[in-house]
Amino acid sequence: MNDGRILIKGNEAVAYGALDAGCRCYFGYPITPQNEIPEAMSRLLPENGGQFVQAESELAASAMLLGAGSCGIPAMTSSSSCGIALMQESLSYMAGSQIPGVIVNMMRGGPGLGDIGPSQGDYFQAVKGGGNGDHRNFVLAPSTAQECYDFMFRAFRLAFTFANPVMVLGDAIVAQIKEGVRRQPPEDALTSDDYAALSAAWRLEGYGRRGSAAKPRLLKSVYLAEGALAERNVLLMRKYEAMRAHVAWEEWQCEDAELIVVAFGSVARIARSAVRQLREQGSRVGLFRPITLFPFPEAALRRVSRDRRLLVMEQNTGQMVEDVRLALDVLARRSTVSWHGIMPGMFIGADDLVEPILTALRED
Amino acid sequence: MSGYQDVIMAGFGGQGVMLIGNLLAQSGLEQGLEVSFIPVYGAEMRGGTANCTVVMDTHPVGSPLVNRPMSSIILNEPSLHKFQPRLREDGVQIVNASLVSRDLLDARKRTVYIPVNDMAHELGNVKMANVVALGAWLRATGALEPDVVKQAMHSVVNAHYAKLIPANIKALEAGYTFAA
Repeated sequence: MNDGRILIKGNEAVAYGALDAGCRCYFGYPITPQNEIPEAMSRLLPENGGQFVQAESELAASAMLLGAGSCGIPAMTSSSSCGIALMQESLSYMAGSQIPGVIVNMMRGGPGLGDIGPSQGDYFQAVKGGGNGDHRNFVLAPSTAQECYDFMFRAFRLAFTFANPVMVLGDAIVAQIKEGVRRQPPEDALTSDDYAALSAAWRLEGYGRRGSAAKPRLLKSVYLAEGALAERNVLLMRKYEAMRAHVAWEEWQCEDAELIVVAFGSVARIARSAVRQLREQGSRVGLFRPITLFPFPEAALRRVSRDRRLLVMEQNTGQMVEDVRLALDVLARRSTVSWHGIMPGMFIGADDLVEPILTALRED
Repeated sequence: MSGYQDVIMAGFGGQGVMLIGNLLAQSGLEQGLEVSFIPVYGAEMRGGTANCTVVMDTHPVGSPLVNRPMSSIILNEPSLHKFQPRLREDGVQIVNASLVSRDLLDARKRTVYIPVNDMAHELGNVKMANVVALGAWLRATGALEPDVVKQAMHSVVNAHYAKLIPANIKALEAGYTFAA
């Protein structure tokens, strides 16, 4: 009757998705609201020949991720907000050294220790790099437990395709929600041979294994010679540009909408309920959901928005709204983009979003 | 069941609201519905209040959280204070008469006032109070057939505790009958 779906949390779906996508190593340190990820991984990986390490700190866990990635091993870590902040050193080094890895951030309130409720306060940190230097993470934002499972396949593929950190950016809601999830790997899921092939040109494996003529390989982020770092960063910039080919988004009820809500992750699914409610009452509103936050679906948003009013809804004091305004050219279209913020730690329902949408709809 | 249904279940940590929330969500899933279950608890667990929200729908669940629920299961007084004002005017609440004073009930809200602790105790185990309350909720809302929930117990309960299922079926039936 339930067509094979299992009732699991978003966190558990992340763990199953990672395992099924070929993840071999997990390194992490406990923190609410993502603890079911390490809990599940501590069982799943050893049972399937992988390695689970509870590290002594988030910094250590992220350094282990760098180490595993440099050997071409599909590996991941997960944490929440303040824990992810501690990992930024390694993420920057991974980006600079072109080392793949998957990082899951189930956001909680901040700044600092904040609270354990839902928040989207790490948007800037995730999409603008987060660590030092001019680097970017590829960022995917799931809004359902099913997407928590499905996006892990995308995350590992992208990490190895671009040799770059990939962040899956969820929050306390999508982490803790239980929904029916179909544990069905996509047909094009990468195999261990695929990962080996994608990392063959650079991974560290002991150069003696590549024959007597082989030279040692070096993965590094330090380029001190004149012009060397510039050359490196131009290469990285071109790589970030190439990521645009993998941009993803969802449009819902946008065709005839007078106002389009722009929201990601958990807020997007709640906004969908609000939009549905308002549609039933005759309001012409729609929903645009960025699925990749970096790269941001700028072209799609420009096409969808035309001259229509946009309302950005996010659980922070105004972060994604900046990317929306940039996408639409802030000078030309300032008046058509309004914004509604939701403070961290609040558990909001559709009712909370209905009135702000109506207000924006009435705005002149 | 017609379309959309939501419920907030609340009580002290340890009263088993998470278990019956899971059970109801699993039942909905096995009925072929779209479901969501989301727990809300503070950093403190034991003795504190815990609540969860279950949403069932015929199309994918948007908001897993609701401010004004269609129904609620209230197992202690603090939960009544928090959620009775939020219950929709046309909603129904299942209130634990063993722990909540009748004086606190809002006469304008449809209420099934049921002594779930005492009933569970008579059935042999006070820990089944949560399941008695779920039985009453099934009758009061007509959301799902009890048989679906009885079947789902096998999916939710760890094999180690499967021997407790027959007693819990009796508890579910007792609550269902009471609410008739």
